[in-house]
Amino acid sequence: MHDVAFEKVTKKFGKVVAVNNISFQVNKGELFTLLGPSGCGKTTTLRLVAGLEIPQSGNIYIKGKNVEQLLPKDRNIGMVFQNYALFPHMNVFDNIAYPLKIRKQPQKEIIHKVTEIAKNLQTEELLSRKPNQISGGQQQRVALGRAMVQEPNVFLFDEPLSNLDAKLRTEARSFLKHIQKEMKTTAIYVTHDQKEAMALSDRIAVLDKGVIMQVGTPKEVYKNPENVFVAGFIGDPPMNLLDCSVKYDHNKIVLDFSQIKLDITSIRDLIRDKVNNEEVVIFGIRPEDIRIEYKDISPNSIKGEVFVVERLGPETIIHVKIGNLILIARDFSEPDINMGDTIWLKIDFNSVHIYKKEDGKIVI
Amino acid sequence: MMSKQRTNLWNNFWVYLILFILVLFFILPMIWLVIAPFSSKASLAVKITLPSLNNFRELFKNKVAMLAFKNSFIISFSSTIIVTITSMLAAYALSRTNFKWRSTLLYALLLFSTVVTGIAAMVPLFVLNLRLGLIDSYLSVIFVFIGGFLPVSIFIIKDFFDAIPKDYEEAAIVAGSTPSQGFFRIILPLSQQGMVVIALYIFMNTWGSFLMPFILLRSVNKYPVSVAIYTFFTQEGLPLLGLLSAYSLLYSIPVVVLYIIINKKYGFGFHGGLKG
Amino acid sequence: MFESGIILSKKRAFLFMLPALAFVTVFLMFPAIWAIYIGLTNEALTGIYGLNHQFVWFDNFIKAFKDPWFLSSLQISFKFVLGSLVGQAGLGLLLALLLNNKTGIVKELISNIVIIAWIVPGVVVAYLWVAFLDKDFGLLNSILGTLGFARVNWFHTLPVGVIIIFNTWRGTAFSMLLFMAALQSIPSSYLETADVIGASGWSKLKDIIIPLIKPQILTDLILLTLWTFNVFTPFILTKGGPAHMTEILPIYTYRVAFMGTCRIGQGAAISTIILLINLTLALIYLKMLKRK
Repeated sequence: MHDVAFEKVTKKFGKVVAVNNISFQVNKGELFTLLGPSGCGKTTTLRLVAGLEIPQSGNIYIKGKNVEQLLPKDRNIGMVFQNYALFPHMNVFDNIAYPLKIRKQPQKEIIHKVTEIAKNLQTEELLSRKPNQISGGQQQRVALGRAMVQEPNVFLFDEPLSNLDAKLRTEARSFLKHIQKEMKTTAIYVTHDQKEAMALSDRIAVLDKGVIMQVGTPKEVYKNPENVFVAGFIGDPPMNLLDCSVKYDHNKIVLDFSQIKLDITSIRDLIRDKVNNEEVVIFGIRPEDIRIEYKDISPNSIKGEVFVVERLGPETIIHVKIGNLILIARDFSEPDINMGDTIWLKIDFNSVHIYKKEDGKIVI
Repeated sequence: MMSKQRTNLWNNFWVYLILFILVLFFILPMIWLVIAPFSSKASLAVKITLPSLNNFRELFKNKVAMLAFKNSFIISFSSTIIVTITSMLAAYALSRTNFKWRSTLLYALLLFSTVVTGIAAMVPLFVLNLRLGLIDSYLSVIFVFIGGFLPVSIFIIKDFFDAIPKDYEEAAIVAGSTPSQGFFRIILPLSQQGMVVIALYIFMNTWGSFLMPFILLRSVNKYPVSVAIYTFFTQEGLPLLGLLSAYSLLYSIPVVVLYIIINKKYGFGFHGGLKG
Repeated sequence: MFESGIILSKKRAFLFMLPALAFVTVFLMFPAIWAIYIGLTNEALTGIYGLNHQFVWFDNFIKAFKDPWFLSSLQISFKFVLGSLVGQAGLGLLLALLLNNKTGIVKELISNIVIIAWIVPGVVVAYLWVAFLDKDFGLLNSILGTLGFARVNWFHTLPVGVIIIFNTWRGTAFSMLLFMAALQSIPSSYLETADVIGASGWSKLKDIIIPLIKPQILTDLILLTLWTFNVFTPFILTKGGPAHMTEILPIYTYRVAFMGTCRIGQGAAISTIILLINLTLALIYLKMLKRK
């Protein structure tokens, strides 16, 4: 039994369809991320789980129970909002204690539970302060504490790190993951930051315009993106995606980028029945699957001119210009190259992806 | 440089002279109010005599006058409390929901409250209360005040509510509250300032109001102080100016004190087009 | 289409709004519309029409426009409003300008006094002026007498002037506060630039300050017009006399509807006319607000 399950859920706001007939399951104890650009429906989906929105159609299950008709208070959810929503007129203790107080738990219990959580989150000294007297990072932990104190069925996180500055963000990120694993509580996490999603999640659901584009582990969505949207969204620097047309020539198959032609006969068997002659497709290759060479030594390598070199410590990102196309390569050998140099790119055909142009779906 | 100093001095002289004249203009009529109540032989004149509290003693013995104070309090307090409560509820609904004719409704409220003044409505309001059998009852005045002050109060409080993010209520709801608990435990405490603003606004405006009680009340024992003073001044015989001046002074004190308190605490002025 | 979230259900939102809407509908909106209806009848509080009124359609309105007292009260109202406008806006602006960059006791004292004139209940203010202007005992005449001038019966000599000055004294505070806020909103850099250029005080006023606060001046004037046109307090001061010389429209309406034969129908017709005038002013005001 899954902890959270969505079955063909649709949510409309007036005429706008925010969530379009989506289905997914979240396994017990996993940190499941809803990832996508703004407006993709990830926050709406989260709010549907919480009960802050009611779907037009579909079923929502929490721990096997059908919950669409249940009020949030009966779903036992712990939610951390993007701006924390700490009650300004209450001090930290009362904020964390609020869910327990509302459920009329005995005062002794409340004190015990709240102080324990505060200890866990290193916010003990802050208990008597008001939210406007503590820092952003501390506020975030108090919001987390308020969600934890309920011992909820599910944690819901709505972009909880976006209001923190970069350095705090990495710290807070690992802290969150640690707490979630320790409590073994299922969590659904919303973010638009793919790096964050990759770092935190057990599984990721990538959304675009209210539709789930792919669900998988970080490794799966990275290595095998099922459509061009996911391919272009996950990965930094992003996958190189270029239009080209497939040309069959006797036994050879060539990708025609007009500027250059790429002989992909070596992987002919994977494509042959799936793509027609002269069909336009999208070619994808990740920057780290492109090797740079200083001489034209490998067969089928592409000649180009170095356009930009970004040196990021051990990693160098090289933008290469070929005609009016640009390919981005990633190199870890700290190469001695400069803008304007001529360079050859060797593509690892085992990692090539091809997507249909009309619907973006994967071919290989 | 010397001439600049001289011009400045010259300018300052004129500025202070004009200010002095203006201050005189505003202060002179007020003098009677602070002199006459304390003089034993009060008249319309401003005459400095030996101060005496006789007028006040006589005033406190006057049952009708004291009753009028009670009436003023009843009318003002009731209007204030009822408007505060009903406007908060309505403003909350208007702030947290959206429906097709919401902006039309708000516009209509604004328009009607500006256009339908006491004068414009006094005839139909009189007839309405006559038909309802409310003439000469506190309720007629209170209801009319409520109808008149609700729009403005709703706007003020709605502004306060709009400034509170919905996240607070949602967080409370997810944490286990019912929507009403969210309203009472989270929203209300955060809107105290707004409640104080409208309560003071309504009280201060209804306290000095003359026209509505004048038209809607008949018996002397229901009159608030405003109408009572008018009656005393215009009844047969010479008005007892000592009593009346003391009465007027006492009548003015609550609102002046409230003003001083507000000024100290919040500063008086226009921050968005509204008093205080 | 009703969009309500989890915070307030449709039913609850409606219930929350109900009491306020009920009061406003019955005691604010309905009377306005009913005035028109009553104005079409010859209802009265006394006499045969008190028991059994009939429709007289536009008779009342025609009677009103033919009634010399109505026309005269319109005229008096016009003079009264104009005078009050000049007085209140003028004094308000003057005070705001003079007190603008001052701080401390002078500013506090003066602005407090002006505001207290606004806060003191209208009835009291009326009798303060009765006392102040009294021919034989009033403070003004005493001062004039000491300075060697003759005592004047102000109510007889200058009736409309009296109510204009009374209303100005009472209401200047509003304009003063409005203009003070408006002046505060002018960035000091504008005036400092003018100083550096060497502009005189008068030209600073004319070319920089006035144009920048024009919207506030206009909104002030419209609001004041609306309020002054509807003010009833002069009634306490003069009852419309002597001999109807200070009978502004509100007082005239009161006389027709509640004194003498208490012709309610007629009074309602006049109320309707007042409502229409108010409506015009209000629409102009709201349009100005929107433009801001």
